[in-house]
Amino acid sequence: MPELVLQLTRAGFLALLWLFVLAALRVVRSDLYAASGLRAMVPGGRRPARAGRGRRPRQLLVTQGALAGTRITLDSRPILIGRADDSTLVLDDDYASTRHARISLQGDDWYVEDLGSTNGTYLDRAKVTGPTRVPLGVPIRIGKTVIELRS
Amino acid sequence: MAGRPDAAAGPAPAPLPTGRGIELALLAFAAALVTGALVLVEANQEQELTRSLLYLGLAYLGLFAVAHFAVRKFAPYADPLILPTVALLNGLGLVMIHRIDLARLSSDPDSGSDLATRQVVWTAIGLVLFIVVLWRVRDHRVLSRYAYTAGFAGLVLLALPGLLPSSISEVNGAKLWIRIGPVGMQPGEFAKILLIVFFAAFLVQKRELFSTAGRSFLGMEFPRARDLAPLLVAWGLSVGVLVLERDLGTSLLFFGIMLVLLYTATERVSWMVIGLSFFVGGCLIAYQLFAHVRLRVLTWIDPLQPCPLDDKTFVACYDRGGYQISQALFGLGTGGLGGTGLGAGRPDLVPYAESDFMLSSLGEELGLIGLAAILVLYLVLITRGLRSALAVRDSFGKLLATGLSFTIALQVFIVIGGVSKLIPLTGLTLPFLSYGGSSLVANYALVALLLRISNAARAPLPRKPPTPHVPIAEAGTELVERPT
Repeated sequence: MPELVLQLTRAGFLALLWLFVLAALRVVRSDLYAASGLRAMVPGGRRPARAGRGRRPRQLLVTQGALAGTRITLDSRPILIGRADDSTLVLDDDYASTRHARISLQGDDWYVEDLGSTNGTYLDRAKVTGPTRVPLGVPIRIGKTVIELRS
Repeated sequence: MAGRPDAAAGPAPAPLPTGRGIELALLAFAAALVTGALVLVEANQEQELTRSLLYLGLAYLGLFAVAHFAVRKFAPYADPLILPTVALLNGLGLVMIHRIDLARLSSDPDSGSDLATRQVVWTAIGLVLFIVVLWRVRDHRVLSRYAYTAGFAGLVLLALPGLLPSSISEVNGAKLWIRIGPVGMQPGEFAKILLIVFFAAFLVQKRELFSTAGRSFLGMEFPRARDLAPLLVAWGLSVGVLVLERDLGTSLLFFGIMLVLLYTATERVSWMVIGLSFFVGGCLIAYQLFAHVRLRVLTWIDPLQPCPLDDKTFVACYDRGGYQISQALFGLGTGGLGGTGLGAGRPDLVPYAESDFMLSSLGEELGLIGLAAILVLYLVLITRGLRSALAVRDSFGKLLATGLSFTIALQVFIVIGGVSKLIPLTGLTLPFLSYGGSSLVANYALVALLLRISNAARAPLPRKPPTPHVPIAEAGTELVERPT
């Protein structure tokens, strides 16, 4: 094969090989954004519809238990619930664990997560086993305490 | 994070694209690349360019299209990158094996070297197994039920060649084979997958045991002495493989996988520290006891050492023990940055250029630029596997996917490290690239399992009907299954 053709095909093949790699990496990239919830940043992607028509949770209200009536204004920081002194909501309840549950903001929604408590956390009637979205006004039960998100 | 919140409740999120279209497009791209590579090889080797090359490329595409439609049917949400990456690596390997065949035929027309055809047959068998695994294993969690069976079978397969007489099992000093007539296989490749299944299930069951705090030392929690038994067993097994089968690579691979799974399951650095000190201990013992280990280390330190003419027993020198690695380094050096071009180098000068030294053949003809692309392909494959491990929702799947992906990673590291003289040379094959039937078939089964797990990770959750709001005081108790 003539030297010039050899050199051209050599470079061309390497370029094509890298083109394949770049195509694969592009898929990786778009997939990363899709999974992290930052869909708006996907080139050509659609922005997800706003949930709840502006009725976003603004505070957390304790409806039952020793702390009934307590309100905590929500900002973006997670809320720790348990008997530990540094919890956001410190419970004095024999049925609560030291670090019982966490309510945190992910995207536009609040999620409750059980932190390996002894007696469990219940969202409405269902036991919380993984991070679960908390809709407005649905009771979260921790020991004798019941809390809700309010707008 | 264990759950995937965006699919739990509330307004339906836009469904993740399944990626099947991307997969097919990338497969077609891979087929084009492989056909191009084949044409270049034939042209540079002064072979006649016929239309049959095109048909070969189409046959390759057809083979993987079948695999693609099997994925579409049995695992529709599986990761779209894993199959095309594997297909391209496999195809490049095939082209390179064919190219080494041509080189051997031109230097010795009677050799009848036709490894490429056999590798094509192995690829087809591998893809059949791939489809069978996808078809039969509909849910990876089922595998954890057969954990102990898998563990036992894996141990038997691993130990068998070491215990069989050398006439059946020995090839080039390593007893890794079972050969009956012309058909041979390396059961260790399959044992690898079975043992990962076992170890993942075992760790899920006994996770608490391994996380039990023992004494704290140097800021790390060390486990209790009696919990070390499984690690000791894994270590003993690796040493057994080294002693009975005289194979450094397999031994290293097994211990590495066990250690990483243990670390993944417990998140405790102390296991790594303990495991690595065991490993160093094992290395020192092996270096003292086995001449073949010593030879590997000596040729690693200086492969170009001149041979003493008066001492024929000294083998750790350029012309004898160090010949292979030296030739591989010369090959990589000849390739340089851009390579000699496909079909224009002399990769056949390296002994075993088609299997253990596939990397130096590729490095010579594709250069650093091409090798880097191949390494990134492996990286994509491994990260996609690990990503599935992160996203899947059950512990067994997480550990299994981690183990399977890490096997590929460690194998690639051991081989490339060995060939490029970063670590002492150990005989292992590059997954999908190297010639070797057992390795290829077993790795296709491995990839099928990875696809199965990634399917479970990416498939949307079945949506539950919204529960009616009943005041807690009036609500009955409800049994909720705990995800395992």
